Amino acid sequence: MPAVSKGDGMRGLAVFISDIRNCKSKEAEIKRINKELANIRSKFKGDKALDGYSKKKYVCKLLFIFLLGHDIDFGHMEAVNLLSSNKYTEKQIGYLFISVLVNSNSELIRLINNAIKNDLSSRNPTFMCLALHCIANVGSREMAEAFASEIPRILVAGDTMDSVKQSAALCLLRLYKTSPDLVLMGEWTSRVVHLLNDQHMGVVTAAISLITCLSQKNPDEFKTCVSLAVSRLSRIVSSASTDLQDYTYYFVPAPWLSCKLLRLLQCYPPPEDGAVKGRLVECLETILNKAQEPPKSKKVQHSNAKNAILFEAISLIIHYDSEPNLLVRACNQLGQFLQHRETNLRYLALESMCTLASSEFSHEAVKTHIETVINALKTERDVSVRQRAADLLYAMCDRSNAKQIVAEMLSYLETADYSIREEMVRVLKVAILAEKYAVDYSWYVDTILNLIRIAGDYVSEEVWYRVIQIVINRDDVQGYAAKTVFEALQAPACHENMVKVGGYILGEFGNLIAGDPRSSPLVQFNLLHSKFHLCSVPTRALLLSAYIKFINLFPETKATIQEVLRCDSQIRNSDVELQQRAVEYLKLSSIASTDVLATVLEEMPPFPERESSILAKLKKKKGPGAVSVTELEDSKRESSELNGAGERGPDQSVMAASNASTPSPSADLLGIRSAAPVSTAPAGAGSLLVDVFSEAGPTASSGAVNDDGFLRDLEQPPETSDPLLVEGSGDSDSAPPSEDPAPPLSEAEELLNKFVCKNNGVLFENQLLQIGIKSEYRQNLGRMYLFYGNKTSVQFASFTTTLNVQSKPVEPLVEGGAQIQQVLNIECLTDFSDAPLLNIKFRYGGALQNLTLKLPVTINKFFQPTEMASQDFFQRWKQLSQPQQEAQKIFKANHSMDTEVIKAKLLGLGMALLDNVDPNPENYVCAGVIQTKSQQVGCLLRLEPNAQAQMYRLTLRCSKDSVSKRLCELLAQQF
Amino acid sequence: MIKAILIFNNHGKPRLSKFYEHYNEDTEQQIIRETFHLVSKRDENVCNFLEGGLLIGGLDYKLIYRHYATLYFVFCVDSSESELGILDLIQVFVETLDKCFENVCELDLIFHVDKVHHILAEMVMGGMVLETNMNEIITQVDAQNKMEKSEAGIAGAPARAVSAVKNMNLPEMPKNINIGDISIK
Repeated sequence: MPAVSKGDGMRGLAVFISDIRNCKSKEAEIKRINKELANIRSKFKGDKALDGYSKKKYVCKLLFIFLLGHDIDFGHMEAVNLLSSNKYTEKQIGYLFISVLVNSNSELIRLINNAIKNDLSSRNPTFMCLALHCIANVGSREMAEAFASEIPRILVAGDTMDSVKQSAALCLLRLYKTSPDLVLMGEWTSRVVHLLNDQHMGVVTAAISLITCLSQKNPDEFKTCVSLAVSRLSRIVSSASTDLQDYTYYFVPAPWLSCKLLRLLQCYPPPEDGAVKGRLVECLETILNKAQEPPKSKKVQHSNAKNAILFEAISLIIHYDSEPNLLVRACNQLGQFLQHRETNLRYLALESMCTLASSEFSHEAVKTHIETVINALKTERDVSVRQRAADLLYAMCDRSNAKQIVAEMLSYLETADYSIREEMVRVLKVAILAEKYAVDYSWYVDTILNLIRIAGDYVSEEVWYRVIQIVINRDDVQGYAAKTVFEALQAPACHENMVKVGGYILGEFGNLIAGDPRSSPLVQFNLLHSKFHLCSVPTRALLLSAYIKFINLFPETKATIQEVLRCDSQIRNSDVELQQRAVEYLKLSSIASTDVLATVLEEMPPFPERESSILAKLKKKKGPGAVSVTELEDSKRESSELNGAGERGPDQSVMAASNASTPSPSADLLGIRSAAPVSTAPAGAGSLLVDVFSEAGPTASSGAVNDDGFLRDLEQPPETSDPLLVEGSGDSDSAPPSEDPAPPLSEAEELLNKFVCKNNGVLFENQLLQIGIKSEYRQNLGRMYLFYGNKTSVQFASFTTTLNVQSKPVEPLVEGGAQIQQVLNIECLTDFSDAPLLNIKFRYGGALQNLTLKLPVTINKFFQPTEMASQDFFQRWKQLSQPQQEAQKIFKANHSMDTEVIKAKLLGLGMALLDNVDPNPENYVCAGVIQTKSQQVGCLLRLEPNAQAQMYRLTLRCSKDSVSKRLCELLAQQF
Repeated sequence: MIKAILIFNNHGKPRLSKFYEHYNEDTEQQIIRETFHLVSKRDENVCNFLEGGLLIGGLDYKLIYRHYATLYFVFCVDSSESELGILDLIQVFVETLDKCFENVCELDLIFHVDKVHHILAEMVMGGMVLETNMNEIITQVDAQNKMEKSEAGIAGAPARAVSAVKNMNLPEMPKNINIGDISIK
């Protein structure tokens, strides 16, 4: 007999539903619904007390109306009343209504909480389960406050029924997710781990979700779960298909639980205990073996369940990345699936292989499947599968197969037909691969131009900027590039992006092909100008600049071009920018002498080396397949960290030794170069950062700085012409302070905190001395001006300042009332958490003054703001999901919670403040990349204010865990 | 974590929607429409997974779905769930519905929204899986029904009248979901 007999139910409800279903039009339906709503409202408001059955009926009707998409703004009170009924049916429907319709209506929550409290203490398991369900489904903070301490007690109490335990475990999980601060770890935690041994499989199923989440956040506290999980898994895997009775699903013993156990193990490194590890390896081997056995059933559910476990096992093997034998087997297994007739398996195999491709052990093995993957890209009917194939190709690309893969991806782009978002990512990937693995640059130029031709609409600015940067920086490819763009522009319809590239490159290097009569200056000009009228304003502006460059390159075109500039459509253009350019260029070309013209319109100097803007963009965007390659950049180091090796390189120790005065390792982390002392200062102080970086001016610009930007070779000698460069680690003995510097002032930390979100201000002040700071940062470099002001009328003698790194001496005397200035050039080599110490000593009158401060250089100074769209943000956020990558703090507000103030602080921090990303407009979301010399660290931030409680929750996720931690500490002081 | 469970028919009419994260009513309806749009345009014989729509959280979330006769069962999950595992879970859910309603059809879901919710609640709670054992789930549902019966008493009478309604002349009588010979599609 079926559990729900068909006749059960409420007549009124059935009639109402039938009425709705018989409605011929939307209007009729709405009319019927409104009639019913009015009816129910009057019943609820009426004098006659409703019996439980009627209440239940009306609440069901409301649920149905809600499902159809109509707002329900009443009935909540009646539902709450049902909660306190003693009848199960009424109570149940009350809870249902609340978990579907109530979210965090605070007034009601109090009443609901009351009812829940009664039910929890009723000792009636059914009622307790209903109450727990309700908490888990609503999961509001008020509920967490009310029940967070109660639920763990229920969960571990010896006399709790199994079904209640199950519900309690998931209920607690939900509360922990919404309000981790309210769920306090305690004696119950160890007992929760032992639920993995529970007799009742349902309890284990529920508990494991809880344990997985808790151990992600507190890995150490839950370490013991590893051995328990392994032994549980081993018992399941080795059991016969009938042993577990009801938990056997289509001949597979407890597939769901097995998957969850394997997921839990992925939160930890491989077990250290040899016996446990041996047992686990045995399990994994058994799972791999079973995949080869003939199926016990032809049903698809059987193979599904079996493969679900298999894929989780493979994920674990990839996660450990330490058993070459298993890795190879995993790779072979996935290889088989690549050609499986089940689409689902092909999809999952491609997805898993993507992660496998980034493993050192198996990168080569993955590459052997290249033909199959390319074939999938070409022939697969299912778009989702093709996307996975493209991702995998991207992940498996290296120098050996780059040409083939890029060619395949290009031809795929030509036929692909999906949405813009995906197309963009794909295009970026092609561009990156082409750049990363370019051996000869003519191939690179061809590829990018092809890309623009095929998918011009989806080529973002970064892509064409980059190709121009590269062409300008490499003179061996300039002629080829000019020739190629010239040919590409011949096409009758060519994409606007192509015109941009063409205009720029011909403007710079048109002379290289001008010898050929087929591409004489005039032909080039006419070709470009034929596209002019079809282009948007920014492109036209670019073309106008190209024209003026032509005048310089080819004096013979001057008359023609002046003619063009002079015509009304240019010189009287309604667009201000175009008009201004036309007027100015015309004037420039008429009055300036050839020499002046040649200087003004000189060929662009090579671009300073920087990371590919495309790569940066993709890092933000990162599709699943991108993970491996971008990470490969800083690969070796990363992978050693993953395996739990020490996180600091050996160079560390050198520094620590050279800085006896402080335990801080900051010295080597932050190389501080000291620039020429005071004398040069005041005039230069106002000058912008720009010239700081291109130090030696135009003469040197073609030299060392942008040697060969292409490969971003960090090893190349950095501007050796700069005599002032002093590596922090080198000569610590050059200026040993005569007396020990004082320990840092007690308020040094606080002073430092003042500068986290701003760059200029007074760092320190007492009766004698005032220290002001002005600083500027760009990428991983910074320049800081320190102003030491003598507030007295007496001279300071023997004035010295010592950084715990290294600095050039300042003027030894500071006259009364005078100010001296010190300039520091700062380069961030890698991330750091301790600020450098600045020790200042001088004699005032006869007394030696000795004072140590923290130099306000914090890691956030090296932020580059990163704008991104909501979906990119969340994707990135998700990718940083390892527990150690996240740092979170909940703290009381110390300052005003005014929106504008908070915004200003976040902007001062250096990240980009992103609007419309967080679904809750109250929250703040920021993104940025910390630039250090050795690597870039992507950081995402989310700040959730709670004005009522005057609290904040701050969450940071960074690609490097030490950075998350440090930023979190720094920022918690700011709000 | 499971973010949402949606059931709608071939025309996009929602038959069950359960969100484990808070959205306002409008967004919920939009998500249902968006999901229907994404899922319904897919051919048969393609895979059962796809990336979530923008409203539900974009690429971070997967839609895992199955199509039975007139109904789509869609689970929206994050990356912590096994795709094939969720497919199995959908199957368990449908098989359970089939046992509870005896040859479940779309109409059962329409007329017994509350029951469907209760069955689902025995499987999934707060977005996490509570129980995967069908017999256990059915035992719980049975126990509920017994309690209902014992409480119903006199109110049981009108219930019998409903069976008549179910056989009323309806414009489109949906086919049974017909669990017997489900292949994966």
